[in-house]
Amino acid sequence: MNTNAVRAVSLKKVAISFGIGQRNQFDAVVETDLEVGEHEFVAIVGPTGCGKSTLLNAAAGLLAPASGSVEVFGTPLKGINRQAGYLFQQDAMMPWKTVEENVALGLEVAGTKKAEARASARQWLARVGLAAFADRYPLKLSGGQRKRVGLAQVLIRNPKLLLMDEPFGPLDAQTRLLMGDLLLKLWSEDRKAVMFVTHDLDEAIALADRIVIMSAGPRSRIIGNFTVPLPRPRDIAEIRHDPHFIGLHRDIWRALRDEVMKAYRDTPEGEQ
Amino acid sequence: MRRSYLLALQVLVAVVVLVLWHLASSTHVFGNPKTISFFFANPIGVGQKIYTWFVSGSIWYHLWVTLLEALLAFVIGALGGIVFGFWFARKPLVAAVFDPYVKAANALPRVVLAPIFALWFGLGIWSKVALGITLVFFIVFFNVYQGVKEVSQTVLSNGRMLGMGERQLLRHVYLPSALSWVFSSLHTSVGFAVVGAVVGEYLGSSAGLGYLIQQAEGVFDVTGVFAGMFVLMAFVLIVDWLMTVVERRLLVWREA
Ligand SMILES: Nc1ncnc2c1ncn2[C@@H]1O[C@H](COP(=O)(O)OP(=O)(O)O)[C@@H](O)[C@H]1O
Ligand SMILES: [Mg+2]
Repeated sequence: MNTNAVRAVSLKKVAISFGIGQRNQFDAVVETDLEVGEHEFVAIVGPTGCGKSTLLNAAAGLLAPASGSVEVFGTPLKGINRQAGYLFQQDAMMPWKTVEENVALGLEVAGTKKAEARASARQWLARVGLAAFADRYPLKLSGGQRKRVGLAQVLIRNPKLLLMDEPFGPLDAQTRLLMGDLLLKLWSEDRKAVMFVTHDLDEAIALADRIVIMSAGPRSRIIGNFTVPLPRPRDIAEIRHDPHFIGLHRDIWRALRDEVMKAYRDTPEGEQ
Repeated sequence: MRRSYLLALQVLVAVVVLVLWHLASSTHVFGNPKTISFFFANPIGVGQKIYTWFVSGSIWYHLWVTLLEALLAFVIGALGGIVFGFWFARKPLVAAVFDPYVKAANALPRVVLAPIFALWFGLGIWSKVALGITLVFFIVFFNVYQGVKEVSQTVLSNGRMLGMGERQLLRHVYLPSALSWVFSSLHTSVGFAVVGAVVGEYLGSSAGLGYLIQQAEGVFDVTGVFAGMFVLMAFVLIVDWLMTVVERRLLVWREA
């Protein structure tokens, strides 16, 4: 499937349920096998509510699977995944801390000296283009700026695995492109393993090495697996005109379309 | 421009009230001025009274006593509220067991406690502090409880993923969240601390603004009562303004 020998994440026959044992037990994800190589960028695409966040939470160790196993770099995962950095779908910064304090947090709680952590935080803020905003509070930033702070907050700990849950979802189209560029630039420095959840197929193809498709929930599974043969480095604004991109987009969309329709049909009105 | 305009209107209200009051108590426009000033005093007399209090300096001692009582009540009540609020929020069983008792205790009108506190703690400042504490404690308690309960799950998960243990979550997430709720209820809780002090003084003491008002009432000195009330109002306005300044500093991170 890919040439990476070491697996950053390996999900085997994973099932995740909510309200276990109750009459209305909800099986969100079932029978899921997924392997992510040490330096592999995997995008996870699926209709809304299918269990993408749930799967990421399992890899993060925030949710324990009902059955199956989660291994991280060859060891079974117990509790929080210490190798992972998680960029959440919703705002996750501590609003009462400044941007710099937020970014330095991961180092400070690990015991790094404060001055050192702060200096490192300022470097990271410069790398994501927010050097001038170190003393601002998160609630006074724009959506795109917050996502960049989130990226710095996660990357400063140098995690070996990056979990990203629709990180650019709420941003406008131009900002998404800029964020995608920034992400690829930072990622290409050391090529961490990435699990990148998105509902945007263009984004998935432009960024990832491989794309997995999940079926509509409940009892969602992985129903498709596509390797992206596009060379790197990529210009994500230009790449959408590449014939390979267009062909791949058509193939994946065929697999995805029925599931998206199913999800829309099954979702009560008002939840969309 | 806007602000000064608003301030001018606010001053205008005071001026109108004072003029009407003056007219009522010294001319025949609204009836017999003797009767009216017997019940409502008159602004010039009240002003003179306040003036002599401040010039002779006798008021400072009473102000200081009330301030001290309110301050102690606030600090002790707030600390207690924070500790218990945390404890209840983190231990659902404790919260569930004590829930009816907390509600019952909070429903009690505090005035009825004043004589008991006077009996327990004497007529000095501590019976007033105790009364203030019973008021402040519950406000802070409920706010801290809410603040801890309503911590965003995403922020908590993020803290865990950044490597925080329970103690670090407490320090970096739970406590700041709870304190932000306490700060946003500063006006109410400080106001209640003052109420507790003044009511306690009124019901039995030898110093403070409440005592001053009670003494004047005892001898039908309506001018003294009104003078006391105005000093109290000014006192509360100043305290409230200070709280606004403090709140603005502590909650700078809030959305504009
Ligand atoms: N804590 C929970 N309790 C019960 N059901 C949940 C919970 N979290 C998620 N779900 C359900 O699991 C399904 C998958 O959710 P999620 O992983 O958030 O979807 P996605 O991220 O793909 O949009 C949804 O139907 C959702 O309602
Ligand atoms: Mg989601």
